[in-house]
Amino acid sequence: MSERLVKALRQEFGEDVLGHEAFRGDHHVRVPRERLLDVLGHLKHREGCQMLGDVIGVDHPERSERFDVVYYVRSVERPEQLWVTVGAEEGQSVPSATSLWKSANVHEREVYDLFGVPFSGHPDLRRILCHHEFEGHALRKDYPIEQGQELSRSEKLFSDHDLERAAHRASLARHPEGTGDEIMASDLLTVNLGPSHPAMHGCLRAEVLLDGETIVEARTEIGYLHRCFEKEAEDHTWAQVMPYTDRLNYCSPMLNNVIYAMAVERMLGVEVTERCRVIRVIVCELSRIIDHLVCVGTNLVDMGALTMYWYTFNVREAMYQIIEGLCGSRLTTNYARIGGLSHDLYPGFEEEVRSKLAMLETSIHEVVKLAARNRIFLDRTVGIGAISKADAISHGFTGPCLRACGVEYDARKLHPYLGYEDYEFDVPSGVDGDTHSRIMVRLAEMVQSKRIIEQALDRLPSGPINVDDARVILPPKRQVYDSIEGVMNQFKLVYEGNQVPAGTAYGFGEGANGELGFYCISDGSGRPYRIKVRPPCFAIFGAFPDLVEGGMIADAIAALGSINIIAGELDR
Amino acid sequence: MAVDLNNPGSLMTTRLRQAVNWGRKYSLWPIPYGTACCAIEFMASVSSYHDLSRYGAELVRFSPRQSDLMIVAGTISYKQAPILKTIYAQMCEPKWVIAMGVCASSGGFYKNYGTLQGIDRVIPTDIYVAGCPPTPENLFHGLLQLQAKIEKEGLVPSEERHGERAREAGR
Repeated sequence: MSERLVKALRQEFGEDVLGHEAFRGDHHVRVPRERLLDVLGHLKHREGCQMLGDVIGVDHPERSERFDVVYYVRSVERPEQLWVTVGAEEGQSVPSATSLWKSANVHEREVYDLFGVPFSGHPDLRRILCHHEFEGHALRKDYPIEQGQELSRSEKLFSDHDLERAAHRASLARHPEGTGDEIMASDLLTVNLGPSHPAMHGCLRAEVLLDGETIVEARTEIGYLHRCFEKEAEDHTWAQVMPYTDRLNYCSPMLNNVIYAMAVERMLGVEVTERCRVIRVIVCELSRIIDHLVCVGTNLVDMGALTMYWYTFNVREAMYQIIEGLCGSRLTTNYARIGGLSHDLYPGFEEEVRSKLAMLETSIHEVVKLAARNRIFLDRTVGIGAISKADAISHGFTGPCLRACGVEYDARKLHPYLGYEDYEFDVPSGVDGDTHSRIMVRLAEMVQSKRIIEQALDRLPSGPINVDDARVILPPKRQVYDSIEGVMNQFKLVYEGNQVPAGTAYGFGEGANGELGFYCISDGSGRPYRIKVRPPCFAIFGAFPDLVEGGMIADAIAALGSINIIAGELDR
Repeated sequence: MAVDLNNPGSLMTTRLRQAVNWGRKYSLWPIPYGTACCAIEFMASVSSYHDLSRYGAELVRFSPRQSDLMIVAGTISYKQAPILKTIYAQMCEPKWVIAMGVCASSGGFYKNYGTLQGIDRVIPTDIYVAGCPPTPENLFHGLLQLQAKIEKEGLVPSEERHGERAREAGR
């Protein structure tokens, strides 16, 4: 499908399309820096690539044009994706795509922070993940991984000048005709929500300016949980990256494991066994349910509904017992392997899952019964934290938050993987894009996940869970102990790592919060040259000020809960 | 300590230190400093089923002024460190710190430019709980260890217990 885009670009821009590479069905085109915005604009307006999924920096120190900046654009209606690359020398700036997409703001800031590529025309080019006293650029190949830099004090997000401006805006909002008392900068209250705040979900920071209880302006600061996933990935073999993926979205680690494994398998060109595919579907959907339970449960606590928290967390605790049975740990599962899984199902798995699913149904029913017509709940959610369809796409929303606005993009339907095309399930969507729709979409999605798991249990085939290829997956321990061949295979995989062919591919799937993707570059050695995660929250959190400005401060917390920001995934 | 149970009017004698410590160890008010995955397990620990309150530490406060036990649950990055230090300084004496999980204890497997290699580099730490993340049982074990420690402690502030580092962090 995506070749069409390349053809269209060649037709429109002819010689300006400098290069085209295709690897495993992903198409990458290279264009000159000065034509970048024309190409991106053409893709957006004419070819239906409405969304900027990600901006990726790559460092090649041996080249004179040292940096590649890759724009990942995609359609939300058709399975079409394209990666547009521009090169830049040290200090050379790349035109910013902020005029085309709102999501470009945060993505480009990230590239600036970690690679030091400036973007011309960017409205707010500051560091985003590293702190403001950090020197150097962490993801450059010549930055040593262990060189930490201490921070003496946190950055203030609003200057005095910002306060004056915000006060003026607040005055206008209160007295549009320009009469009446003017609000002074000193009347505005600055409140730091986070990074350590009881109501904040994770260590995020939003500094808000309040006029009474109304938010005049909000600014966000992230990176408090920047654990350098991408740098760590370059320092390990492909298989060793797996445990790091657990800790991205730690509410649904199985999903991260499976999607990462799929990305590497895609690079390797390996097909997993049928039993493995079905088990992966089951664990993915279980994780999705757990993630949504945490999100909905804590979100309702934001509105004072503590009972619902117990209802949802009881089921979650019950489901953790399944996860613990599968892999021995509750949260950091490390369950998938490149080419298979770490363990097969345990005896009695099917009955246990079915009984826990019945529990889930009761719990969802109870939550809906308590919430659906509850006056407080409705007052706190309907029309609050709303975002329009167009804005959501421009901000790069995916997952339940995008579907709550009425865009039915779901990677499981649009780009089926793991055999999702053979399962019957619906994609629930909302209309208003407010807190209420987001909660309801999540509740409905849990019911759909339950449907998928039941179908998967019905068709669970017997057979091996791992591919029969010693170059991909570790041999069984018995073989390692008993045969020289087994020892050799184990040794080579552990020491040299999977020999992933040189190339670039994007493996992705529908995470609990939206499109979770791993953009992998291999140089043919046993270690990743670069892995860029596309965390769904990152783009969504970029829209947080838009969601809450003009609203009440208490609603900001509820809106934040409903977009389900997981700091581990946000900051990586 | 000796008490005549059959005579409710009788006196009980004990050392002040013992009586105070006995009270302290069963009425810890924790403040969760949750940043990452461990915070999710901390939530599981306070929820029903595991239920932290069985150990006399259920009154989770979100204000450092009201708490005497800080449970640092999760990775502390260099960006986070000054905030952790400030919040610790806001807690009143006597105060204790549990480093929950390997990230808080030593940086864990994040040996990189963003991660503080253990919270004891910025604040004094009493108990280190292993695990990534620790199971709720593991955390409870850490709590019991802390209670045993409190029982033996004198009535001295953390500055004296921990020396230079505590003085520095308190500033």
